[in-house]
This record gives sequence, C-alpha cells and structure tokens, in this order.
Amino acid sequence: MHKIKRLELRGISKQYPGCLANDNIDLTIEPGEIHALLGENGAGKSTLMKIIYGVTQPNQGEVFFNEHPVNIKNPAQARDMGIGMVFQHFSLFESLTIVENIALALGKQGGDIKSLSERIRIVSSRYGMPLQPDRLVATLSTGERQRVEIVRCLVQDIELLILDEPTSVLTPQEVEALFSTLRHLSSEGCSILFISHKLHEVTALCDHATILRHGKVSGTCIPKQETSKSIATMMVGNETPISTNYNKVQGDEVFLCIDNLSTNAKHDFEVALKKISLNVKKGEILGIAGVAGNGQEELLMALSGEIRQKKSKNPSIYFDGQPVDSLNPFKRRRLGMGFVPEDRLGRGAVPTMTLSQNTLLTSFDFGLVKNGLIQVKKMKALANLIIEKYKVKAVGEFSHAESLSGGNLQKFIIGREMQQNPKLLLASHPTWGVDIGAQVAIHKALIQLRDQGGAILVVSEDLDELYQISDRLCAICDGELSPIKATNEVSLETVGCWMAGDFSVDSVNEKEIVHVAS
Amino acid sequence: MDFDLFVNILYATIRTGTPLLLVALGEMVCEKSGVLNLGQEGMMLMGAVTGFIVVNHFDIVALGFVSAAIVGMLMAILFAVIVLFLNANQVATGLALTIFGSGLSAFIGADYEGKIITSLDSLALPILSDIPVIGHILFNQDLVVYFSFAMFVGIYLFFKKSRGGLILRSIGENPDAANVIGLSVLKVRFLAICFGGAMAGIAGAYLSIAYTPLWTENMTSGRGWIALALVVFASWRAERIILGAYLFGFASIIHLVAQGLGFAISSNLLAILPYAATIVILIMLSANKNKLKLYEPVSLGKPWFKKH
Repeated sequence: MHKIKRLELRGISKQYPGCLANDNIDLTIEPGEIHALLGENGAGKSTLMKIIYGVTQPNQGEVFFNEHPVNIKNPAQARDMGIGMVFQHFSLFESLTIVENIALALGKQGGDIKSLSERIRIVSSRYGMPLQPDRLVATLSTGERQRVEIVRCLVQDIELLILDEPTSVLTPQEVEALFSTLRHLSSEGCSILFISHKLHEVTALCDHATILRHGKVSGTCIPKQETSKSIATMMVGNETPISTNYNKVQGDEVFLCIDNLSTNAKHDFEVALKKISLNVKKGEILGIAGVAGNGQEELLMALSGEIRQKKSKNPSIYFDGQPVDSLNPFKRRRLGMGFVPEDRLGRGAVPTMTLSQNTLLTSFDFGLVKNGLIQVKKMKALANLIIEKYKVKAVGEFSHAESLSGGNLQKFIIGREMQQNPKLLLASHPTWGVDIGAQVAIHKALIQLRDQGGAILVVSEDLDELYQISDRLCAICDGELSPIKATNEVSLETVGCWMAGDFSVDSVNEKEIVHVAS
Repeated sequence: MDFDLFVNILYATIRTGTPLLLVALGEMVCEKSGVLNLGQEGMMLMGAVTGFIVVNHFDIVALGFVSAAIVGMLMAILFAVIVLFLNANQVATGLALTIFGSGLSAFIGADYEGKIITSLDSLALPILSDIPVIGHILFNQDLVVYFSFAMFVGIYLFFKKSRGGLILRSIGENPDAANVIGLSVLKVRFLAICFGGAMAGIAGAYLSIAYTPLWTENMTSGRGWIALALVVFASWRAERIILGAYLFGFASIIHLVAQGLGFAISSNLLAILPYAATIVILIMLSANKNKLKLYEPVSLGKPWFKKH
C-alpha cells in the first residue's frame, strides 16, 4: 500500500545576503519516522528548520505536507498544520508560569487556564514528563524547561515534531528519558525531525539521517547501519581528522589548589559553592562536568578573580602555593593564569573592538606596551600570528570581534590565551557551538599546552569532550563537587549520577566502561 | 488638627494624585511591553495646553479631555514610529519628545496664559457618596477621578487575568520568543505606546482643566518625570503605582498645609517633600530584588526588529 509522506521538501534554496544557506535541498519524512538532520555549524540546519516551521521563507523550492503543497508563512500556521518545534535556546518566558507559557503559544484554542492545566497534567504524565502547570518557569531546571517546550507541542494534535539539539543541555539519564518519550511518540505515528551533532545519539535513536554540508545535502543514510566515524566523514568531508584519542597523563606537582571554598548566593539566580576542594597539577587537564547553572560560573568567577574572597586566616585558593584570594584578575594573570570565559562576546572579547585591540586586552604585559604607549606594530603582529597559527577565519587583525562566527572567535580567544603560555588555563565550554573541525584544533591546542606542563581546568557540558581530553574528571551539582577520579576509571553512568547530585555511586562496582568517544 | 481638615486633606490627596496616577499607569503599560518612553512630560504638556484651548473656545469640558487624549496619542505615535519602525534609541527619542512637547505647548499656549475657563465640576455618586468620611473622600470627586479608579481596576485585572495582559508581558520579557510563537511584537508595542500617550494627554488636561483651571508654561512641573520614577520604584505593579501616586498627592497637600500653618521652614525646601517622600518610600518597598525580577520587563528599552 502506498504510504502518505508526512513531509517532503523539493529543491529548497535560501539565499541570505552574502551566503547561500540552503542549496537545492531534498528531504522526505514518513509518518512515525525519526529523522536526523546532521551537519556542522553553518551547514544550513537551522535555516532549513526555520523554513519548515515558517519562521522564514525559501527563495526556491516546494514544501509538501501530507502530500499537499503548502506555503508556510508563519509559525502560527505551522502549528495549526500540526508542526511543533522545540528550540535550542528555549522560547519560554521566565516570569510566567508553565500553563501561562503554553496558553500564550496556543492562542485561542488553548481554552481557559483551568482546563488547560488539566490537559498539561494528563499529557505530560502520559509521556513520562511530569510537570506542575502552575510553577514559574524561572524556578525550573533546564531539563524541565525542555519538557515544557515539548509538552507545549504535544497538547495540540501534532504530526511532526522538530527538535533542535535537544540533548545538549541534558544529563545522560535525562537524555535516555527524552529518547523513550520520542520513541513513544513515533510509535503513535508522530514524525520527528531530530537535529544534532552528537553522532552516537543519532545512531541510537534515528531511523534515517540526512547530512548537510555547506548548505547542500552531502549524503543520506540509515544510521543503524553506519558507524559514528562514517557519518562524521560525511559531515566534515575528508580533510579533517575526525576523532583523535589523546593519551592520559598523571600530571606533576600541584599548581592550582582550592581548599574548602564556599560562597554565598546573592540572589535566587545564583548558586552558592559548598566546600569545594580540588587540585590541578602541572601537566594535566581536570574536567568538570555538570548541567549548566549548577555553580560552574560561580566557581570560575571565584578562580578568575571576578569575584574575590574576603581575606581570612585560611585562604581557599592557591596558585603554585601562593594564596590569591584577594588578588584581582590582573594580578592573577601575572601569576600565570589564562582564562577563556563562557560568553565570548562580552567577557572573552569586546565585540566592537578589532582583533588586535582584543589581543591587547589580556596580552599587554607581553611587550605590547612601552612607557605607557601601545606598540601598535607588535600588537598587530601578535594578532596576525594568532589568526594564522590557530586558523581563525577573519578578514584581518582589523576585523571587529563581533564580525567573527562563534567558532572562529573562540579559536581566536583560545589562541590569545595560549600565546601567553599560561601556567594555569581556565576554560569554560571551550568548544561550545564550535564545529568539529575547530573542535579538533582547540583540543589539540589544549593537549599541547598540557604536554608543555600547563595546568588546565576545563568546565564543559559536553561529556564526549571531557572524556576525550581530560585526565581526571569530576562533576558539579548545586554548588557541590563530586569525587574526582581518573577519566578512564569512571563510567558515563557514574558521571550521570554525579551530575544529578548523587555522589555515593562508586564506579568500581560497575561493569566495564562502555562509553565510546565519538 | 481637626477632623474636617484631615478629611479635606485626604480629599485633596486623591485630586492631586490623580494626574500622576493616570500618566504612571499609561507608562507602566508601555514599559511592560518593553518600551521606555521618557516623553511623558512633553505629552502631558501638550495634553494640558490642548485641553485648555479647546475648553476655552468651545466651553465643553468633555471635548477638552477627548482632544487632549488624541493629541497625547499623536505625540506617542510620533515616538512610536521613530523607535519601533526606525529603530532609534528610546532614551534619546523620549528626551527629544519631552523637549519638543514643552516647547511646542509653550508656543501654542502663549496667548492663553491668564485666561479663565469653566472647570470640571465634581459629581457626587449616589449612595456611595453618603458613606461617612470615605464617601466624601472617594466618591464626591469629579468624573476624571472616577475614570482613574476604573483605569486602575481595569489595568490591574488586565495583567492579572487576561490573555492580552499575558501577551503584553511576554513581549516585554522576550520579544524574540514572542515572535517565534507568532505574536506581533511591533503591533502590541505600538498599541501600548499609544495607550500611554492618551493617558498622559488626559493627565495633562486634568491639571489645566480640573486641578488648577488655568494654563501656564511648564505647568506639569516634573510630574511626568516623577511618574517615570514611580513606575520603576513601584516595580511595574498597578497596586503600588496607585499607592505611590496618592503618597505624592498627600505629601503635596501636607506641604501646602504646613505653609498655611506658618512652619518656619523654607517653602522651597517643603516643595521637595512630595518628590522626595514618594521616591524614598518606593525605594524601600522595592528593596526585594527577587520579587523585582519577577515583574521587571527584561527587554525594557531594547529596540527589536525582525531579523530576516
């Protein structure tokens, strides 16, 4: 029997000024199919989704929904047709309750708040994502917020659900729960378009995959018949080495020592650090896993000197044996600290300044200033060196930081810090939103610094990354630090439990480590 | 101080607080949608001069208020076009609007200084005004005071209960997200700005037609500014705005009474009292940062435009 196709795209092209985001793309999704859309950053995934969800319109090509040609003008129309979308950056309103958020999106068909609350309760428990409709979104965890987004789609009759990198903010256990929800949905005939760049998730979940590269379809496959490696090759082409295994090392003497560091939360949106103690040795990488908002930012601010501790008899932070509690970031940098903060535009670089000016910001101690005057030539030379050495795609040292793509700016910032040969490097989400090619380059640079004897602390939400590069691993949850173990002695399940706040789990009792870095 | 004087002070408190209440409620709605309009003073002055001139010519008080509302709204539309569709900076545009409004109103009203008009009569509400004490204070006022009561209740319920209020709040918090779920950000902001303009116009006309039935240059004497402060310190809540407005009214009256009783304090110093008292008390009320975060329109003052 002929099966009706749920969604079919024929020859979709979208031209933005200066860039062809989608070039003649074909895509077909059957009812109940879980279809993966894969690609590096800038491959055109987001644009394609926006076209399907009506946020933007294609310049060329046709869209068929249930085999009817459609012209989706806006998201409201898409929702009426039965298309729902869960965004990577949630489109929720923090000061409203769950039910108010959902009522807003549903419009008039939402009905009154009371009956809608009931519907939310029923739908959310049916798919295993319990929610209390009258809670404020501001009080929810990231995982819970994602549930709200999904439930918001499910309270309507839905035929196609689009998820944009849904797992990037979840713990492994939450990912498993999400997958079972998605499988449940697909068994009821709902089609799912799953955008990701985590290949092992795609192989575990999806029936079909379409791979985009430079705005074009570079391949289609059945993920279960492929390996992560073969799919990755389709994503990045053959030029870039995809996955490298780095050797694990022991490290030398301790450089950074944190001894019983506690802080107070100044308001509800901050996390208090609770008696954190750790050491980072020269020549090792310590990784801290955790779901965002569990104290990572507060810890890094305390280490970088953005927030200083009060002077006390028992200092809590030492660099190379010297207490630094009351030193400001500038003085800490003079002791050999480098810092790659989480937000590139704002804390990592000044958006409206040129790359060479941004170089000056943290490197002025390195011969760039003489008698209070900037050595312009040297500054530009250093900026150009960083651009060349770390393969930053920019017009030149005179480009404004804001004109670079996220990944390129990140390479630049890491290069800038690296060029100072720091004795201690603090890196927050070093490859967040960076494509695979740049990821490998950044990882290699970190390993190189490690092998030269640098002490490195990496905070990341990406477990694959932490398993790949860190020598020892721990997790942070609600301001508390888990035990620290050598990376190859701790299983993914254990880290998952740590991330959820259960520090009692001991990986020695568990079966063999199953995690494979993709 | 005898009891009658006390009742009269409270009666005058309501009257004095009314223009501030009107303009602050209008600005609150506007700010909740994420637009900061610093042109309140200018829109009030234009409303005041328009209302006065219309009543002076046609002798119809209602017509004065309606035309003041329309002129206030026209000023607001000018502001809206500049900040919403031309993406100009809201602070600079608002300041320019105030300067423009006070200059234009002085120019238009130059010939009307010292003229007299029929002012707005008070209208005792049957039954309600018979309630002892409170009846006189609250229900022996004029129509515009009742209108301000109604606006207060209406706006309070609008934000607490209605879908429209939800939409307005969501746009003030996260216009990008609101756009994605299909709400039209610019339309809602445009309407909110217009509403604010109409309220400022009426508030200005209340000063020139009812409160002191005459026109003088810059007669709003900073009420538009105090209203802006009031909205922030009332943490964008109608119930606190009404409190602050009457607090201002009360302090204004007290300073007049104190002068009348001949306290040996400089009258200039006393004149600061209403402004200072209102701000100090509201700052104390808004000290709870967590609560504030819940009501604050996060994207206040940030231009928004469609990005594709």
